[in-house]
Amino acid sequence: MGIIRKCELLKKEMITNGIYKFSIKAPEIAKEVKPGQFLEIKVSDTGEPFLRRPISVYNAEKDIVEFIIQVKGKGTELLSKLDIGKEIDIIGPLGFGTFKIQNYKNVAIVGGGIGIYPLYQLTKELKGKSNLNVYLGFRNKELVTCEKEFEEIGLNKLVITTDDGSYKEKGFVTDFMKKDIEEHMVDMIFACGPLAMLKTVRKFAIEKNIPCQISLEERMGCGIGACLGCAVKVITENGFRYGHVCKEGPVFNAQDVDI
Amino acid sequence: MNTEVNFCGIKMKNPVTVASGTFGYGREYSQYIDLNQLGAVITKGTFLKPKKGNPPPRICEVPGGMLNSIGLQNPGIEYFAKYDLPWLKSFDTKIIVNAGGSTIEEYVELCRILNTLDIDGVELNLSCPNVCEGCMAFGTTYDGTKKITGEVRKVLKDKPLIVKLTPNVTNITTIAKAAEDGGADAVSAINTILGMKIDINTRKPVLANNTGGYSGPGIRTIGVRMVYQMSQVINIPILGLGGICNADDAIEYMLAGATAISIGSANFTDPETSIKTIHGIEQYMKNHNIEDINSIIGKVQMN
Repeated sequence: MGIIRKCELLKKEMITNGIYKFSIKAPEIAKEVKPGQFLEIKVSDTGEPFLRRPISVYNAEKDIVEFIIQVKGKGTELLSKLDIGKEIDIIGPLGFGTFKIQNYKNVAIVGGGIGIYPLYQLTKELKGKSNLNVYLGFRNKELVTCEKEFEEIGLNKLVITTDDGSYKEKGFVTDFMKKDIEEHMVDMIFACGPLAMLKTVRKFAIEKNIPCQISLEERMGCGIGACLGCAVKVITENGFRYGHVCKEGPVFNAQDVDI
Repeated sequence: MNTEVNFCGIKMKNPVTVASGTFGYGREYSQYIDLNQLGAVITKGTFLKPKKGNPPPRICEVPGGMLNSIGLQNPGIEYFAKYDLPWLKSFDTKIIVNAGGSTIEEYVELCRILNTLDIDGVELNLSCPNVCEGCMAFGTTYDGTKKITGEVRKVLKDKPLIVKLTPNVTNITTIAKAAEDGGADAVSAINTILGMKIDINTRKPVLANNTGGYSGPGIRTIGVRMVYQMSQVINIPILGLGGICNADDAIEYMLAGATAISIGSANFTDPETSIKTIHGIEQYMKNHNIEDINSIIGKVQMN
């Protein structure tokens, strides 16, 4: 359950141009957080920007929680300028739909862009339980981050792709994942990234009848399920209903949602 | 010190309520705040039958607040009566149900049911800007507002009837008068202001429904002005809302003429806004030696 907490900013590091990694002191969040959950972060004391920013947890260890943001607008820019030692107003961890972990034999974990970050804690928690095949896609070399961190978990396979071929494999990350799965079946696919990527992963998983969990995003208001802003089509017997990313998600079974 | 107000027969321990559509049926926020402290909970807009709501994106942040086009997604009155109402009744606060419909018949049928439920009042939603049929269509003319208020009044015999007004009209006092003439016990205002945000890269509106209701601190001065204007024309009490983020904002609305106020989208920024507002009002009363909160209602001194 989410609680409003004040968390001290311990460390802030620009890991590549426009992308920042934050370490905050948050023992309760670190203890509670499940892979895929997010935090609603207040970025301003002036009421402008008005809404909190939903940010996924990257890593949690002991008293420390880490999250990574890309500066995209006013809110993330304000966050990127926070001073070390400042207390950040955070609600979290949030989201009842988290990545479900069982003893799968082989898994594929596929992430695109800043969507790779929620997959890090998941990958760590799967270590020792499954053969881990991780596919991380980026637009170009400059945006490649966390390669070493994923590598150090100890993976069966790590494929890094860039759209323009400026680093490692050239092409879409999903093509590499598909090719491997055609050769070696997996028990579960985990995915987080841009909508186009998730659509491709979902279609493939359904065609091949592979269980698949995807982490979605949608413009959010309250983050706790009250405002009903972050709607997503959840498939039902007689069509669909609107579920909500903040409450039922952010992670859904790919087969259950229409994206 | 007295913070109790009598809002059209609803005796509230303080004038602070939470606005329809920003608080669900209270369950989510009950994890963060003590609902027992609130003057009243005003529920999500509820229809006779469940409603799916609009496609996403439904929300968009803008300067001074946000646009929303939720489209009144709700589980219907039967579900509310069975699951949410008994739970809400476990709290020591007043329950006001926001009631919506697509046709006069739907409003009437819904209010016939609401009249039998263990609730403290009904807020008639004649002002949602986000659904094609019904709602705002009734609330933008004198005749439409008076007619529907009158029809609902006939079946809602035993509960206070509050009519929620849209600011998307030429003169809100005309519509407020229509509600009064139709038999309403109170009005609430303002609902959101219709807005639109365009993504200049895609050249498409951000919201799937193209337009949405603007809420947040950016609309507060408009709400305060409208509450003041209505207070000069009608004799029934006003529930003031629109952009209230703290006790100062709440006091402004009360000075303008509101008997009670609602916290709306500020709940999203800080789930504790309503509780902080209650404490802030008490502090204001102490600072200004005010014995009774009722003594400030409508006491703005115009230049």
